[in-house]
Amino acid sequence: MRKTVFKGTALPLLLLAPQLAITAIFFLWPAGAAIWQSLLQEDPWGMSSEFVGLRNFTEVLAQPEWRGAAYNTLIFSSAVAILAMGTALFLAVQADKSIRGANIYRTLLIWPYAVAPAVAAVLWLFLFHPSIGLVGRALNEAGIAWDYKLNGNQAMLLIIIAAAWKQVSYNFIFFLAGLQSIPRSVLEAAAIDGARPVRRFWTIILPLLSPTAFFLLVVNLVYAFFDTFGVIHALTGGGPGKATETLIYKVYVEGVQNVNLGSSSAQSVILMVLVIALTAVQFRFIERKVHY
Amino acid sequence: MRRYWPHVWLLLGVLVFATPIYITLIGSTHDASTIGRGDVPLLPGSHAAENYASAWLRGGAGRFTVSPAWRMMLNSTIMALCIAVGKIVISLLSAYAVVFFSFPGRMIAFWTIFMTLMLPVEVRIIPTYQVIVSLDLFNSMAGLTIPLIASATATLLFRQFFLTIPEEYVEAAKMDGASPMRFFRDILLPLSVTNIAALFVILFIYGWNQYLWPLLVVNDRNLETIVVGMAKMIGNGDAQNEWNVIMAMAVLALLPPVAVVIFMQRWFLKGLTETEK
Repeated sequence: MRKTVFKGTALPLLLLAPQLAITAIFFLWPAGAAIWQSLLQEDPWGMSSEFVGLRNFTEVLAQPEWRGAAYNTLIFSSAVAILAMGTALFLAVQADKSIRGANIYRTLLIWPYAVAPAVAAVLWLFLFHPSIGLVGRALNEAGIAWDYKLNGNQAMLLIIIAAAWKQVSYNFIFFLAGLQSIPRSVLEAAAIDGARPVRRFWTIILPLLSPTAFFLLVVNLVYAFFDTFGVIHALTGGGPGKATETLIYKVYVEGVQNVNLGSSSAQSVILMVLVIALTAVQFRFIERKVHY
Repeated sequence: MRRYWPHVWLLLGVLVFATPIYITLIGSTHDASTIGRGDVPLLPGSHAAENYASAWLRGGAGRFTVSPAWRMMLNSTIMALCIAVGKIVISLLSAYAVVFFSFPGRMIAFWTIFMTLMLPVEVRIIPTYQVIVSLDLFNSMAGLTIPLIASATATLLFRQFFLTIPEEYVEAAKMDGASPMRFFRDILLPLSVTNIAALFVILFIYGWNQYLWPLLVVNDRNLETIVVGMAKMIGNGDAQNEWNVIMAMAVLALLPPVAVVIFMQRWFLKGLTETEK
């Protein structure tokens, strides 16, 4: 809060009006509607609806399909986060060693960030398609039956690779910045005391990097939960079977294709709780960073 | 020898990263039958001109008809610009109101904006779609862009920056009798140029790459965006697809945002690190 401010109430409210109007109409109202609809059950013809309390929630949580989607989301998100962060950390450590080349490598590695998730999916399809893809064909010729359209695990692997590929750039930028901010003197002191590079990494670099890593973990999970809809929709459509159907994808299928509003809304509300939890974790962490 | 290892790993990384793009670029210069046969080419072919002409002027044909690339890229450009400019304008205004004025409801307004962080469109798909339909915004550029321009991140960024502006500036402006809007226009805006540029790069990419929202609120072919249109051409991923044109389309879909990142790298890096604070 500033000490010196302008007077008036009408002007600031006018300035806030566009943002608040959009927020109210397109964020708060739909979120409220999702909560309300999650408590109702429509008859199959959509003519009337009755209040059913939390029944939609108990039904959703008991559904084997929903649990399957939750399991897929868990596997997918943790694999994307681990792969994208691991690769980025490894490359950032290498780039940090070559002081002169770091910026050139950064330029060469950051552009996948700009590629849309759906486009990233298609790029990897051109490599892993069983009959037209370079790698896909090579695998089949080597006797490994590769077809992501038939094999659920292979489909999952493909969307993980495509989603992680895009996110490495982001993680790389932050890890490199984190590494470059570690004082050289600390590392030199450790080196003089006889700590080998591997030991220096585990006992000095990694602990000093942990705030960055934790922040990136949250960002990567949010990315894997919500921003990867395009990857799945463009590549597998949730299939084969339901092998790559994540929670977000299931909300879409339930609401858009099956038009089951009660169930779709209940699933939306569950996801909202998840985002609120993740955002809270993220902001708690940022608060800590400020106080350091 | 040991000091070369980092370079070896990094070059390997760069190579792995570039491979899918390289294959796509090469594929877009061959004819459909070469790709369909599965003789994956590693060197450029001679069909680049006709593939890109098909993508640009005709779009997707056959089972997965999509608009020509020129129209879809135009739509994507308009959408990305509307979202980026819209977000910046309304965030600048609301951050200005929250930081430089003291009025009843200030904190409520701030927290209301803040809450949008926790409500990404993906978790409120159906009710937001219902709002669009009831406001008669289905199949319109307004419906495509307006719901996406509320932004807590941009507002927080500008708020953070405004808080660093010395008190003396405001005092001096008040003493000179400058109106609040004059202060905004002549002092605050010029000081915010770097932040606006950095944010614009990030938001342009965000807007261009939208997928779920255009998929939901637009089914008019004249409003199709290139990311959605390109993905539509894949269909079920059959080997008989017109892969050469799809590859040309994929290149066109990723070119503008990638060019923005590479040529505006300084702004991009600033925008990326600032918006996440």
